[in-house]
Amino acid sequence: MRLSLLLLIMFAFSQAQAQFQVNGRVVEYNDKGKTIPLPNANVYWLSSTIGTTTDSMGKFEISYQPSLKQLVISSVGYRSDTIPVNRPNLGNIVLISNVVLDEVVVEKQVAPLQKSLFKAQNVVTVDSREMLKAACCNLSESFETNPSVDVNLSDAVLGAKQIQMLGLTSPYLMFTQENMPAIRGASQVFGLSFIPGSWIESIQITKGAGSVLNGFESISGHINSELVKPLTDKRFFLNMYANNFERYEFNSRFNHVITDELGVGLYVHANLRNGYIDNNDDSFFDTPLSRQVNLMNRWQFVDSESGWVGYANIQYLSDTKEIGQTDFDLETDKLTTNAWGSEIATSRLDLSAKVGYVFPELPYQSFGFQTAYSNHDQNSFYGLNQYDIDHQSFYSNFIFSSIIGSTQNKFKTGASFTYDGFKEMVNTIPFRRNDNAIGAFFEYSYDNLEGLSLVAGLRVDNHNNLGTFLTPRFHMRYSLWDKASLRASFGRGKRGANIFAENQQLFASSRQIVINGTNGNYYGLNPEKAWNYGLSFIQKLYLWNRVMDISIDYYRTDFEDQVVVDWENPRAISFYNLSGKSYSNSIQVDLNYEILQDFYLRATYKYFDVVTDYNSGTLDRPLQPSYRFFINLGYETQMKNESQWRFDFTANTLGRQRLPDTSSNPSEFQLDGWAPSYTLINAQVTKVFSNKLEFYIGGENINNFTQSSPIIAPNDPFGTFFDSTVLFGPVLGSACYAGFRYKI
Amino acid sequence: MKNTFLILLTILTVAFGHGQDKNKSVNFEIKGNCSMCKNRIEKAAIKIKGVKFASWNSETKEFHAIIDEHKSSIDAIKKEIALVGHDSDGFTAPQKVYDSLPECCKYRDPNTMHMDHGKH
Repeated sequence: MRLSLLLLIMFAFSQAQAQFQVNGRVVEYNDKGKTIPLPNANVYWLSSTIGTTTDSMGKFEISYQPSLKQLVISSVGYRSDTIPVNRPNLGNIVLISNVVLDEVVVEKQVAPLQKSLFKAQNVVTVDSREMLKAACCNLSESFETNPSVDVNLSDAVLGAKQIQMLGLTSPYLMFTQENMPAIRGASQVFGLSFIPGSWIESIQITKGAGSVLNGFESISGHINSELVKPLTDKRFFLNMYANNFERYEFNSRFNHVITDELGVGLYVHANLRNGYIDNNDDSFFDTPLSRQVNLMNRWQFVDSESGWVGYANIQYLSDTKEIGQTDFDLETDKLTTNAWGSEIATSRLDLSAKVGYVFPELPYQSFGFQTAYSNHDQNSFYGLNQYDIDHQSFYSNFIFSSIIGSTQNKFKTGASFTYDGFKEMVNTIPFRRNDNAIGAFFEYSYDNLEGLSLVAGLRVDNHNNLGTFLTPRFHMRYSLWDKASLRASFGRGKRGANIFAENQQLFASSRQIVINGTNGNYYGLNPEKAWNYGLSFIQKLYLWNRVMDISIDYYRTDFEDQVVVDWENPRAISFYNLSGKSYSNSIQVDLNYEILQDFYLRATYKYFDVVTDYNSGTLDRPLQPSYRFFINLGYETQMKNESQWRFDFTANTLGRQRLPDTSSNPSEFQLDGWAPSYTLINAQVTKVFSNKLEFYIGGENINNFTQSSPIIAPNDPFGTFFDSTVLFGPVLGSACYAGFRYKI
Repeated sequence: MKNTFLILLTILTVAFGHGQDKNKSVNFEIKGNCSMCKNRIEKAAIKIKGVKFASWNSETKEFHAIIDEHKSSIDAIKKEIALVGHDSDGFTAPQKVYDSLPECCKYRDPNTMHMDHGKH
């Protein structure tokens, strides 16, 4: 019986091989943008006479011709389309009527994560679909399915997610929001959680030295996020999310198009973390209690005829986090030794505007002016430590772009003025600093149209605390052969370290703060200065008719000057100027491939070598995994009547991490020299019911890995050994969540 | 600091200061099919001295350029474009060059219009 069944299957299989049928459905868009079947369309193999026509439902079936790989779809009054046949079911093929004449669309979307083959810079573009793969809900979390950027928790109590690139933490990265500096100064640690993921339209990640247009601060990379725009965004969007740890998120956007040129949007985000979670029984919350309200009002003006465009934004944020021991009562225990507790209250106002003009007669010539003001006010205490910071910032930048001779030689030039005022109170010691800089820049781009392109930029800045200095940045790309690009870059960045704002977790420990400064302008310390060099290679190829891309990156950052953050004495945290060397080497190998139809694989291996000369000797940077292995699998079913299933799976393996020296602690408070290697798994399933409604569920840290004792001496938080800063893994165990999105 | 601004100002003035004849906008038809043709046409045009900007629309076959009339002319552009294989009013591509074009770009044969032009 079983044998005959097997034979039957084999027979059917061999028959199928001989008579392989390719099928699909030809459709067109109706007035409302919906797809409707297109009957009687011609379907034939290119340069042959073998063909058929579609039935009343637009469907066709044609026997496979291995020698003829291209299928032509044509119909009178429609633009013909030729498509490569690499699968038995071609799905929906949209023919566009001749009248509309836009672009032939074979319904195959571009991947949500795009690596450019042609730009001089090594840029990865992430679009909003990629953001939907991550569980939640703000900018820091949206990098969790992205291999270029690493997401870490800063420490065991604050629960702030920090990101890294090329083995360097976020202060060495430049963040911009619509090309204006963001998440810097006072908002360095928590700022990523102040940008809701649902407001983001796309993210561009540039590795290595950034562009001179955005300033001199970036060292290891530049991350720009573009927000949704009132004129192009959905009219209405609503998203709600909840997880089993009582984390709730609410996102909504309203957009109104006032005239064809003018649109207005109102974006609202609110979140609440209300779970009293202490699963590891160390008497401390595993995740903060928090509340955030975040509002943005956005205006967009586009007049393509006159060439003027403009934006204006106002954003207000209020965020409160409560952390510490679960029996801490804010009313009675604040700044007492009754219980260890902490509150971080932030309010922030952002105003920004942009005006641009493209010369209607000269499409290559334009100018733009951007300006922004922000006021960031944080009041916080951590146990008996108090930390307040008030940061006011003003930014303005004028850019003029045009050509030299022809569009093969382009340039951008302009000038910027920035001001930052910091007022800090560290326990009882006030710190005040004003930074202002005026700078001019020139960036030249060349494209010989034969495969060589380069961008060379130089800026000169006059800064009250950094002096007058040059910032060179250079990117080059060369096509070695078909679909292969070799890139090289180098550049220098310079910045003053805001040592408290960037290392706020230090307050959640009994460590003493030691600043071994001299006469520098930054808390007695000198500015930081580093060169970054990079080489990368990317090859795109068609393997069994599906696109594969492989890339290898090598980047090195060499610090000439650095503020060393030294955690090696468990009784103290020390800041001092680097004497000796400090560098970071990183190698990244990526592979992206569509293994089966609509089934995507993304795999990445990264190796890090981050070394600094500390006072106690040359050491690997603590809490830096020696390698990371990342794998992401995504599958989407065919869209049927606007409905679809999407599956996403991510696994992240982190290599061992060196832990800071604790050998001078009593033996019960000593840690091993190295944290073990571990893996984190996230997965998500989305059911799309229609263009309007989708529902998702997922799990984070599904394999339930947690660091067994994330806090040293949690039972004596006011004693000398209390320390929550040595965190190498998650504190919170596996979480599950559910949410929906509704849009019209 | 002052010097930097002077340099900047000079650059801006030079860039803005172009007279109309130095930025002459020209439009004419060039035969071709697809985005591969577009690359070929635009590349040939932009490499000509005096051509500042070149754009060809594969739908309308309209070629748009901005040229410095002192250094270049419509005929010079048409000639260069014909030399890489694309006909225009008054200029015909040499047969040998035309024959060497990829199949989908052989615009003189109406059937090639039905070929795969989208993804090149």
